[in-house]
Amino acid sequence: MIPFNFEYYKPSSIPEAVELFRQLYAQGKNPMYYSGGTEIITWARMNAIRPGAVIDLKSISECNIIQYQYNHLVIGSCVPLSMLTAVNLFPLLSETAQGVADQTARNKITFGGNICGRIYYREAVLPLLLSNSRMLIAGLKGMREVSIHHVFVQQMRLESGEFIVQMITDREYLALPYVHVKKRQIGNVGYPLVTLAALKKDHQIRTAYSGVCAFPFRSIEMEQVLNDPMLSIEAKVDQAIDKLPAPVLTNTEASAAYRKFVLKHTLIETLSLLEGK
Amino acid sequence: MPSYNISQYSIGLQVNGEWRTIQVRTADTLLYVLRESLGLTGSKNGCDNGDCGTCTILVNGVPIKSCIMLTVEANGQHITTIEGLTHSPIMQAFVQQQAFQCGYCTPGFIVNCHGLLNAHPDANEETIGIWLESNICRCTSYEEIHKAVMSVFTSNNAAKPTSQGS
Repeated sequence: MIPFNFEYYKPSSIPEAVELFRQLYAQGKNPMYYSGGTEIITWARMNAIRPGAVIDLKSISECNIIQYQYNHLVIGSCVPLSMLTAVNLFPLLSETAQGVADQTARNKITFGGNICGRIYYREAVLPLLLSNSRMLIAGLKGMREVSIHHVFVQQMRLESGEFIVQMITDREYLALPYVHVKKRQIGNVGYPLVTLAALKKDHQIRTAYSGVCAFPFRSIEMEQVLNDPMLSIEAKVDQAIDKLPAPVLTNTEASAAYRKFVLKHTLIETLSLLEGK
Repeated sequence: MPSYNISQYSIGLQVNGEWRTIQVRTADTLLYVLRESLGLTGSKNGCDNGDCGTCTILVNGVPIKSCIMLTVEANGQHITTIEGLTHSPIMQAFVQQQAFQCGYCTPGFIVNCHGLLNAHPDANEETIGIWLESNICRCTSYEEIHKAVMSVFTSNNAAKPTSQGS
């Protein structure tokens, strides 16, 4: 049970949502945008967050689309993860989404919510990092479209009052050869020891990771090594692991040493699968 | 623009085919209201964290864990709980296959499987496996639960007319 009250608003347009935020913020109500809401409910139940108001974005039509527009795939931030898999317009994204939580939970967890989550795995962002996707963001200063690499640095870097409206991916990325591997401590549901998403474009392998460090990331330095034609697969992987952007995570799922072991073998598998494609 | 700036307010939702108007707190989960306000105690409180699946209900036919849904989100929606699936084929299959021990997880499993049967009447093993992973049975009746689900799929497929119309 959530031990405090909050106000609930369900605007039907982007300007309404932003204006509501502005008003509620000015009233000192610590408003939060709400999409699937699974994390907000969880953290609120634990009294770890205390919004005075939530603004439910699910009635905003732009946040619910999943369609091609010209040469792009456009996905609204309120689209549930299960829907991404069901429509399967971006197979790497479909598989990545299917690795999050479980089928019933994915009916509630949304694309935008997963990417903006406080729980640090945020796996749905990996295909966006690999495909240099862009984010359409609404806020108090209007709308802006920016590269995922500018707004997702370890986590989403939104200004106060901003929310993600859509993710935009160029069509040329949707059908590229890819690999998605999620390795857990046990079973098919749960947080990752290592999630690795990879795709190959212009003979170059791109990789992005969740579960390895305390944030999801794509590393150009690691990719340079992984694509060095002078190195063996083993040498590529060893040198790439030396270039990880932060210490390897140790938590209840696994120690850093075990994660490194799993990462090494996952990378070897991935390179072996993609190098011939 | 619907907005509710008080802690208690009124919403309307259809529960097991009956329209209800209820007073809720914005912060109340749907699981809490189903059990405490509507007396529908078939949906169980397990983890209260979206993990175990014993609180699963259908929202417009889609399985949702009611512990991670606010009741206000259900305004205007069609809700089905285990109480609405009495005599359903999947419930009968659970009985016939003895697909339970303590029974605490059973409502969530039955509701989820009912949703699966409706969404994917021709589901393959992979799809069935993915859907069943949403629920946990600590008595480990998984084998019997799988048999129960398969028995309904088999029965439904046997009842379908063939392409020759026989």
